[in-house]
Amino acid sequence: MTAQDGGPTTGRDQRQRRRRTTRPRLPVPWWLPVPAALGGLFVVVPVLAMVGRVDWGSFVALVTSPASTTALGLSLGTAAATTGIAFVLGYPLAVLFSRSTARWVGVLRALVLLPLVLPPVVGGLALLAAFGRLGLLGAFLDEHGLRIAFTTTAVVMAQVFVSMPFLVSSVEGALRVGGDRYERVAATLGAGPTRTFLTVTTPRVLPGIVSGLVLCGARALGEFGATLTFAGSLQGVTRTLPLEVYLQREVDPDTAVALALVLVVVAVVVIGVTSLRTRAVVA
Amino acid sequence: MTSPAAGLHARVVDPSRGVDVTVTVGPDECVALVGPNGAGKSTVVETVAGLLRGTDSTVHLDGRDLARLPAHRRRTGLVAQRADLFPHLSVTDNVAFGPRAAGAGGREARHRAATALALVGVAGLGDRAPATLSGGQAQRVAIARALATDPAVLLLDEPTSALDLDARAAVREALATARTGRPTLLVTHDPLEAVALADRVVVLQDGRVVEQGPVEAVLRHPRTPFAASFSGLALVRGTATAAGIALDGGGELASSTRTVPPGRPVVAALHPTAVRVGRDGTGPGRTVTALEPRDGLVRVRTADLVADVTVVTAAALGLAPGVTVRMTVAPDEVAVYEPAG
Repeated sequence: MTAQDGGPTTGRDQRQRRRRTTRPRLPVPWWLPVPAALGGLFVVVPVLAMVGRVDWGSFVALVTSPASTTALGLSLGTAAATTGIAFVLGYPLAVLFSRSTARWVGVLRALVLLPLVLPPVVGGLALLAAFGRLGLLGAFLDEHGLRIAFTTTAVVMAQVFVSMPFLVSSVEGALRVGGDRYERVAATLGAGPTRTFLTVTTPRVLPGIVSGLVLCGARALGEFGATLTFAGSLQGVTRTLPLEVYLQREVDPDTAVALALVLVVVAVVVIGVTSLRTRAVVA
Repeated sequence: MTSPAAGLHARVVDPSRGVDVTVTVGPDECVALVGPNGAGKSTVVETVAGLLRGTDSTVHLDGRDLARLPAHRRRTGLVAQRADLFPHLSVTDNVAFGPRAAGAGGREARHRAATALALVGVAGLGDRAPATLSGGQAQRVAIARALATDPAVLLLDEPTSALDLDARAAVREALATARTGRPTLLVTHDPLEAVALADRVVVLQDGRVVEQGPVEAVLRHPRTPFAASFSGLALVRGTATAAGIALDGGGELASSTRTVPPGRPVVAALHPTAVRVGRDGTGPGRTVTALEPRDGLVRVRTADLVADVTVVTAAALGLAPGVTVRMTVAPDEVAVYEPAG
């Protein structure tokens, strides 16, 4: 029985009904928990071990040192800029990908999503080849006094390159799930493509956009390989938090561990937010 | 095609689906489009709405050529099987969506939404969220939403087939209000709906119009097997005789409504419950080909004749595929007339 053929039902009714009707859990093989527990421990133990290494007495001082706050500020700033740019460029990409059935679009999608599987260092090299001082576009820009490589702009570009595919695939998934029936209705009601896009499509896929933005921002925050290759590691200019952690690891392990913990906290918050969002979408 | 005038004139051509259908709907007429699944009904509706583009299709509405216009410039109101209310908008905002798209201000759009909601009898639901509505309420809101745009043509694609019987009556009432004053195309599987809403019936089969006429005439004297089953009748072919019809499958049925001179090919329409089945006696002899349960009765199929008998009768006669039976029908229940074409 579906909600449609009953009387008026409220969203809360449905949720409660869903909670009450629970099936008995499907039995799992008796040995399955063993590798599962090993897998879980493999991830949790190192993180806990690192937390155990934190020198709590000097934690605040280490995290608030000028080098640390500069790196943290740069990380947050560039990640925010990246998320914004990825949304402006990636959302339209996702919409076009989800609407088109042409084969060349499939090829294009594979290319755009390539950074998902590409080692970030390779991404950094590719960016250098295009925008480096001797690069394809870089040489032209250099002649006009625009130097991109090894600037904060380069950090953002490296992050967009690596993290935008997360947003594109997340939003595209959300767009495909609902189909286009609401958009078709909107058209018969006289709404043009722009109005339909803004008032029907966007609200419909908002949960997908939010989780895409969170994933994208988290990936940008953790970006290391492409940034180091394309933007280098200049304090206050291109040295983001992950780069600072890597640098301090050799000089001052305590600082490295303390900063790493900051990144862990940020990651936990991100995962918490996304899983809340996902649950809201599923329910 | 004659020069386009008032009303809807559509020729829908879609070679990939084998559809070539011409439909004309008068300015204040409702035409019911019926036919088996895959006959092309939805193709016709979606082409008129502009949701499907066929290069060879032509759609004229009150003399306007719609074929080149995108869906949102056609002023077609569509109510489909599912209400598809925008889940993120309240009922009022759903209905105000069309007026807003047409450029009306917020206050004006809400006013028009309230008027449309009142027209279909759900004035009190404005503040509700679509997810809290019953199926019938949601469908009436969908009708109000289509009406609020004052569409030049109304397209109803099986508007009540997803609803339970109680909700259908209320929705049908709302549809009767909605269809007045504009050409309306109604796709339906429900003969009651055709009787309640439509003036004419167009029967589609395999992408072609196989029969059309006033609702009353098509339901009473169907000329195609689908039109017959649509109105619950069975159709048998034969040759006119002085008494009634000599069936192609052998035997003769008397008819009290015969106007066709003997010797002409004719069809006879009869209701399966009017057919009496016995193991011996008079009437055409037939071999049972299949038995199907049907609303508490048993439908007895033979090569041409069809009968509905009670379960008790079926058991008493020992009916089973392969059994030979005699089938008789009272002359009052047999309508004999000339087939289409």
